[in-house]
Amino acid sequence: MQVIFRTSYDQDIDHLVDRGEKYRILAAIALALIAPLLVGSYLLSELAIFLVYILAGLGLMVLTGFSGQVSFGHAAFLGIGAYAHSIFLGYGIPFVVSLPMAGLLSGAIGAALGRAVSRMHGFYLAIATLAFAIVVETVIGEWEQVTGGHMGMQVPALSVFGLELGESWQQYYLILAVVIFFIWGVANLMRSPTGRAMVAVRDSEASARSLGLDTARTKILAFFISALITGVAGGLLAHLLFYLAPESFGVQDSLRLLLMIIVGGLGTITGAVFGAVFVTVLPNIIGVLKQILPDTVANAPGLEQLLFGAIIAGFIIFEPEGLYGRWRKLRLFFETYPYYKKSTFVRQKRYLKTERFR
Amino acid sequence: MSELIVENLNLSFGGIKAINDVSFTVEAGDIYAIIGPNGAGKSTIFNAISRIYTPDSGSIRYRGQELLERAAHQVVDLGIARTFQNIELFEKATVLENLLVGRSSKIRTNWISEFFFTRNVRKEERVHRRKTEEVLDLLNMQQYRYERVSDLAYGARKNVELARALCAEPEILLLDEPASGLNPEETTDMSFWLKDIKEELGVTIVMVEHDMSLVGRIADRCMALANGAVLAVGSVAEVQSDPHVQAAYLGQVAA
Ligand SMILES: Nc1ncnc2c1ncn2[C@@H]1O[C@H](COP(=O)(O)OP(=O)(O)OP(=O)(O)O)[C@@H](O)[C@H]1O
Ligand SMILES: [Mg+2]
Repeated sequence: MQVIFRTSYDQDIDHLVDRGEKYRILAAIALALIAPLLVGSYLLSELAIFLVYILAGLGLMVLTGFSGQVSFGHAAFLGIGAYAHSIFLGYGIPFVVSLPMAGLLSGAIGAALGRAVSRMHGFYLAIATLAFAIVVETVIGEWEQVTGGHMGMQVPALSVFGLELGESWQQYYLILAVVIFFIWGVANLMRSPTGRAMVAVRDSEASARSLGLDTARTKILAFFISALITGVAGGLLAHLLFYLAPESFGVQDSLRLLLMIIVGGLGTITGAVFGAVFVTVLPNIIGVLKQILPDTVANAPGLEQLLFGAIIAGFIIFEPEGLYGRWRKLRLFFETYPYYKKSTFVRQKRYLKTERFR
Repeated sequence: MSELIVENLNLSFGGIKAINDVSFTVEAGDIYAIIGPNGAGKSTIFNAISRIYTPDSGSIRYRGQELLERAAHQVVDLGIARTFQNIELFEKATVLENLLVGRSSKIRTNWISEFFFTRNVRKEERVHRRKTEEVLDLLNMQQYRYERVSDLAYGARKNVELARALCAEPEILLLDEPASGLNPEETTDMSFWLKDIKEELGVTIVMVEHDMSLVGRIADRCMALANGAVLAVGSVAEVQSDPHVQAAYLGQVAA
């Protein structure tokens, strides 16, 4: 096990001081960079969708994982971003302006939602965000002149600075760059006052306020940043879908995003990545399951939703730290073998929180 | 000079009058103890000062500023920091991160520059880290720096909460039962630290505390409450020998 002796504050501040972690991340980036050489164009477009999911999950992670505000309707921001971007492109606005504009619009709507719900917690917040998503889906479906309604809407071709990016490897690199940019930015936020303010609001609002944090403002900002990132993900997703319909951004997609970050591991950026891996392979697992199960069960409506729900519940009960938490335990096990103690990760006795302020 | 002046404070929860016409004055540089049986309204006074609860009537002035005109997050700007009776830490964050949140009122960077982590953000971060370092040294808790709060024992958590409040560079500290749940050695340490904080940092301390030997050792003045009303104010010895106070405590024992 590596013990890091810190000799300056910069070592506390810098990213990736742990050498193993640094190499793993560099390796992941290198792999992502050479992927177009290794896989065919079909798999590459699947990989591009996977990257978009990482980005959308990162957006939700900012809100739910870091700030503790649950959202059952985040696919709405994916939809807002996708439609706004396509509509802007349709008006001839160039990609490099349209995508940020779509992100900002989504962020602004997110901030407005955040303002409306800034006093809500838990269950009420879940219902409010769910209702919001249903409203958005309905509006997209009804607003036919602009969105094409349920008939759908063709996404204009992807071109950057007059250069048409028709090949899947070109789109892949573009998306990869955007995803890395936002991961870097969010990692920066998390080592800054804003990120710590989010965590503070998540863990104890009373003391966050007594230390000078305007908790309502922090929540609204979290909604804004979160919706912005997910909106940008939506804009990118539009190019991979070619054709937009309101149903692509429904409740099930919101659930999938939530599933992703819970399974991946709430409260870490890596959790969003692990979660994206999981939801990408999940349909395959479900496909296999359907072949094994008897027909009546396999074709029963709602099987996938049931599985989603069961997996979310299972992780919340048995592994609240998610897949990333599992992985950290596994790593520590090998690093410290044979001295690994299970108790390292056993949570300390909880102190009663019921009488909080008394 | 009087620092904190509470006048005719009233606060009720539904039908229960938790604070009944309470007035008191804390002088600069004092350690002011608030004692009283369970449910007397001690914590409620703190929560009113830090604007978590809004009183029905009365006034709370700190250096001439009316606190009731401020929002909860604006109280610390005046130099008022606090701890909570049931420890309100950021559980999933490290001790260092907790202390850095204590610096919130001194933050001057905005989220956009933080997203890009500009040179100025780094410069500010270094300043905040240096400040938290001083506090870690003062309370002798360097070894906990990178520990997650959820992994710490109760006593250590109490200290982290005190340290976090100190990171706000307060001029007055409100401590809700700083020694409850601590073992005798930890309590002794706590009493030395509180004296240091008063004498070396010049911080005024208002503390709610049940441990009368700790109160006797360090408090300059003392106020006893029962059922939301003031029973006695004076030196610790005066308050302890006050017949009303003794009756209130005996009443509690009898009940
Ligand atoms: N949020 C609340 N809602 C309703 N009643 C409350 C609330 N907070 C406090 N009370 C009531 O107000 C009264 C004073 O409570 P407070 O917590 O101030 O007592 P305390 O003196 O701090 O007692 P302890 O020594 O047990 O901490 C009690 O009767 C309590 O039940
Ligand atoms: Mg109390």
